[in-house]
Amino acid sequence: MSAPFVAHTDAEIAEMLGFLGLDDLDGLFGEIPEALRLRRGLDLPMAMSEPDVAWRLDELASRNRPCGRDLVCFAGAGAYDHEIPAVVKAVASRSEFVTAYTPYQPEVSQGVLQAIFEYQTMIARLSGLDVANASLYDGAASLVEAVNLAVVAAGERRVLCSKGVHPHWRRQLETFSRGSGNEIDLVPLSGGVTAWEEVADVGPFGAVVVAAPNYLGCLEDLAAARSLADRVGARLVVCFDPVSAGLLRTPGSLGADVVVGEGQPFGTALSFGGPYLGLFACRLADVRRIPGRIVGETVDIEGRHAYVMTLRAREQDIRRERASSNVCTNQTLMAVTAAVHLSWLGPQGLREVALRCARATRYTREALSSIAGVKLMTTAPILREFAVRTPIAPETLIERLVEDGYLAGVPVREGFEGTEYEGGLLVAATEKRTRAEIDGFAAAFEKAVR
Amino acid sequence: MRAPLPAGRALGAPLLARDFEPTIFEFSEPGRHAASFRTTDLPAWQADELVPEAFRQSGAVALPQVSERDLVSHFTRLTHRQYSVDLGAYPLGSCTMKYNPKAADAGACLPGFTAVHPAAPASCTQGWLELLVELEEALCEITGMHAATLQPAAGAAGELTGLLLMSAYHEANGESARRRRVIIPDSAHGTNPASVTLSGYEVATVGTNARGGVDLGALRALLDDDVAGIMLTNPSTLGLFEEDIVAIAQAVHDIGGLLYYDGANLNAILGIVRPGDMGFDIVHLNVHKTFATPHGGGGPGAGPVAVCSKLARFLPGPRPTRGHNGFELTMPESSIGRVHSWHGNAVVLLRAWMYLRLNGGDGLKRVSEIAVLNANWFKERLRGTYDIAYDRPVMHECVVSAQSLHHDVGLSALDVAKRLMELGFHPPTVYFPLIVEEALMVEPTETESPQTLAALADAFLQVARESREAGNADDAKAAPRTTPVGRVDDARAARKLVVTFDQRAD
Repeated sequence: MSAPFVAHTDAEIAEMLGFLGLDDLDGLFGEIPEALRLRRGLDLPMAMSEPDVAWRLDELASRNRPCGRDLVCFAGAGAYDHEIPAVVKAVASRSEFVTAYTPYQPEVSQGVLQAIFEYQTMIARLSGLDVANASLYDGAASLVEAVNLAVVAAGERRVLCSKGVHPHWRRQLETFSRGSGNEIDLVPLSGGVTAWEEVADVGPFGAVVVAAPNYLGCLEDLAAARSLADRVGARLVVCFDPVSAGLLRTPGSLGADVVVGEGQPFGTALSFGGPYLGLFACRLADVRRIPGRIVGETVDIEGRHAYVMTLRAREQDIRRERASSNVCTNQTLMAVTAAVHLSWLGPQGLREVALRCARATRYTREALSSIAGVKLMTTAPILREFAVRTPIAPETLIERLVEDGYLAGVPVREGFEGTEYEGGLLVAATEKRTRAEIDGFAAAFEKAVR
Repeated sequence: MRAPLPAGRALGAPLLARDFEPTIFEFSEPGRHAASFRTTDLPAWQADELVPEAFRQSGAVALPQVSERDLVSHFTRLTHRQYSVDLGAYPLGSCTMKYNPKAADAGACLPGFTAVHPAAPASCTQGWLELLVELEEALCEITGMHAATLQPAAGAAGELTGLLLMSAYHEANGESARRRRVIIPDSAHGTNPASVTLSGYEVATVGTNARGGVDLGALRALLDDDVAGIMLTNPSTLGLFEEDIVAIAQAVHDIGGLLYYDGANLNAILGIVRPGDMGFDIVHLNVHKTFATPHGGGGPGAGPVAVCSKLARFLPGPRPTRGHNGFELTMPESSIGRVHSWHGNAVVLLRAWMYLRLNGGDGLKRVSEIAVLNANWFKERLRGTYDIAYDRPVMHECVVSAQSLHHDVGLSALDVAKRLMELGFHPPTVYFPLIVEEALMVEPTETESPQTLAALADAFLQVARESREAGNADDAKAAPRTTPVGRVDDARAARKLVVTFDQRAD
C-alpha cells in the first residue's frame, strides 16, 4: 500500500515504529475501540496515476459546454463573463499566495497581509465607505453578515429587503434567518425598481436592503432607500455591482451604511459558481462589528512598517459564542486576485470596463427588443443587464440557442413566483462582446422565437 | 533513517532581509495604466448617453495607476515576504497544512470546468454535475454517511449549515421549542460556539477529564430534554481519540439529541474509523485540510456537510443528483434552502475529487497512518524537553507545552514560535486549545518526510536547550531577527486603527 504524496520508505516506517515501540502501523490506533474500526477497505475507486486522473477529468470536462467561442455568453445574474488578463493569473497563482494559510504569524506573513491591506483600501474606495474586511465567501454570504451587523447594531430583528436583491441571496438570507431569528419583509418591485412607497409599516427595522443595480439590471434610487431607512430607524445595506461602480456614484456617497457585493468579475472565472468573492465594506463606526478578518497597519519592535490581523477580539477563536460572526477561512486568494486585477485596470480601466459593458448591453437590448414578440420587461434605466419577455418559455429558448452557440441568459423564476417578472429572460453583455457576436446572437434569437 | 536535512525549512531568501515594500498606492502615477480591451466595433456611446446624470459618477474610482511591470514586481516582492507550504514545513495544528498536489492546480485551470456558467442549463453542465455527485458519494463512504451537501464554502459555513439541519430535524418532530442547547467541550474550536449562537441555540460547555476526553459524568448531568445535540471533534483538538465515544453517542441519542462531527481532524482517521460508525448524525469536512486543496492565504476552502438518512430531506439545495436523463439539480423535499450563491466552491471541490482519485481508498488509509505516525514520533522526540499535556498516544497532531520552560527560564510558547521562524520553520498553533497552558499544537501531516520531521524536532529541542543553557529566554524573546519584520506590535494595530491606506496618518 502506498500513497502518492507520502515520502516514507518501508525502512523508515519500520524505524519510526521501532522508536515508538510498535510492531506495525495498526498499533498506532490502539485507542480506538475495536468494534468501531473499519475492517474493510474504503469502497472508493482505485488509486489512479496523475495522467490517468487528468485524462478522466478531461473526459468529464468534455461533457460541459464552457463559455467561449463555441458558446458565446449572454448570461449574468450575478456571474459574469469578463476578460481575465494573463497578469492576474500569473501573480495570483504564485505558490506563496496559494499555499499559505491565514496570517496568524505576521512576521512570516507580511506578503499576504499587505496584499489584503491593499485590497481593503480598494474595496473601501469602490464602495465609498471607510473600511472593508479581508473578504467573505460570496456576495450572498456578505449580505447575510451585513444584515446580522445591522440588526445587532440597531437591536431590532426586522428587515426590509427589496425583491430586486438576487433571489439566491434572498433565499440564503432566509435560510440563515432560521437561526438568527431575523424577520425578512420583502418589498415588491414596480416597473423594475423597488416600490418603497408601498411600505406602510413605520418600523422600527434593523436593516433596509436594496440592490443597485438590481437583479433585473435596473438602477435604483438610493436616496429613496436612504430616506426610508432614516424613517424606520434602520441601517441601509446596499448590494452593489463592483463593475458598474466604474460609472455610478458610490453607494457610500449616497448614504449606504454597509455595502456588499460579488467580487467575481475581478479576475475570477465563472467556475460553475465558486470560489467567488464576498465584498464587504462599512462605516468606521461599525468596524468593531465587522465579520471575518481585517488587516491593520502597525510597526514592529524596531519601528518598521508592518501589517497584522487586527481587532481580533471580535473573532470566534477569541470571543467564542459572543463573536460577531463564525467566519474563519474566507476567500483570501480571490481577494488578492481582485487586488491585482483592479491594479491592472486602474481608474480609467475600470471606467472603461463599465462603459463597454453598458455599450454592449444597450446594443444587445436594442437588437433583441426589435424582434417581433420580444418585449422589454422594465422601463427604468439599466446598465449592464436587462430582462425581456419572450414568446416561448425562456428555458426552451435557452436550450435552442445553445445549439446555435449562444448562452442566451438566465430565466427569471426562483424568487419571482407570481409576479409580472416570472418567466422573463435576464440578458447580460460584458466588455468581451463584439458587434459581430451580438448581431449573430440576435439573428439566432429571432429564429428561435419565431 | 538518515540524519535531518536542511530540507523542509526556509531560511533567509526568499524571506528577504529587512527591506520595506511600499504599498501599491505609493507607486501610483497619474496617467499610467496597464489595461487593454477587445476590439468590439460597437457604437462608442459615451457615459452621458448611457447613464442618467443622477446615477453617474463624475470622476473615477481612485485605483492604483501602475504599469504592468511595476504591478508584477510589487506583488512578487510581497510573495518574497511570505512563508508557504511550498517553501517548507508548516506544522500549524488543526489546520492540516499538507502538500497541495500540482496535478490539482492543472485540473483547476481547465476551461472545460472554469468557463462554465453556474446558471447554464443542466445540458451544459453534465461533467460538473457528475464530478460533484461522485465527490458526494465518496465523502459519504469516507464518513459513513448517507447524503451530503457540497454548498458550504468553508468549515464554519458547514458548521452553521449542520446546526440548521439539526434545528430543522427537531422542528419537524415538534421539539424545536424545548431543545434550546447544544453541548460543546471546552477544548472545541472557537467556530463551534460561534456557529451555535448564529444557529439560534445556546452553548452548554462540558469539561475535559484527566485523560483529555469529554468528562462523561459532567456530560450526563447536562443531558436533558432541552438539549438539541452535541458538537465533537474526534480526535479532539488535543489530538486524542475520544475513548468514550460509544457511551457519549448512546447518552446523547437516548435523550433524543443529535451528534455533530467537526471534521477539522478527519485526517487522522481516513479508512480507519468512520464518524457514522461512531454514532454521528451530521459531519462537516474541511476539504482544504483533509483533501489537500490549497489554503490560499486564508481561503478559499470548502466545507461539505454529510448526514445520516433521516436528515437527508432537510439538506440545502438545489443539489446535484443522478436523474433519469443524466445528472440534474434537485431540491430536497424539506430543504433548509440555499447556503451558497450557487453550488459551493466548485473548483475547490474539483481539486478534492482529484486528490481522492490520486490516492484511492488504500492511499487515504496510508495518509492517515503516516500522519499519525509522524505526530507520535514527533511527540516522543520532544518528551523530556517539553511538557506533554495529556500523556497518551496521539492521533494526527500533538499538543505539547512550554509550561515548565516558561516557569524555569521564562521561555513562553510565543517565544518558541518566534525563535522557530529564525530556524526556518513556520511555527505551530500556539495558545490553543485554551485548556492547556503555554500550548504548542503541532500537526506535522503525512507529507513531511522523516528527515524534515527530524529537522523540525531538532529545532524545537534547540530552542529549549538554548534557553536552558543561558538560564533565561532573552535570545528567544528577541526573535525573529531574520524575517522581513521583527515582532509585530499587534496592540498598537488595534489601538491606532489603520485598515486602509487612506487612514494612514503619515
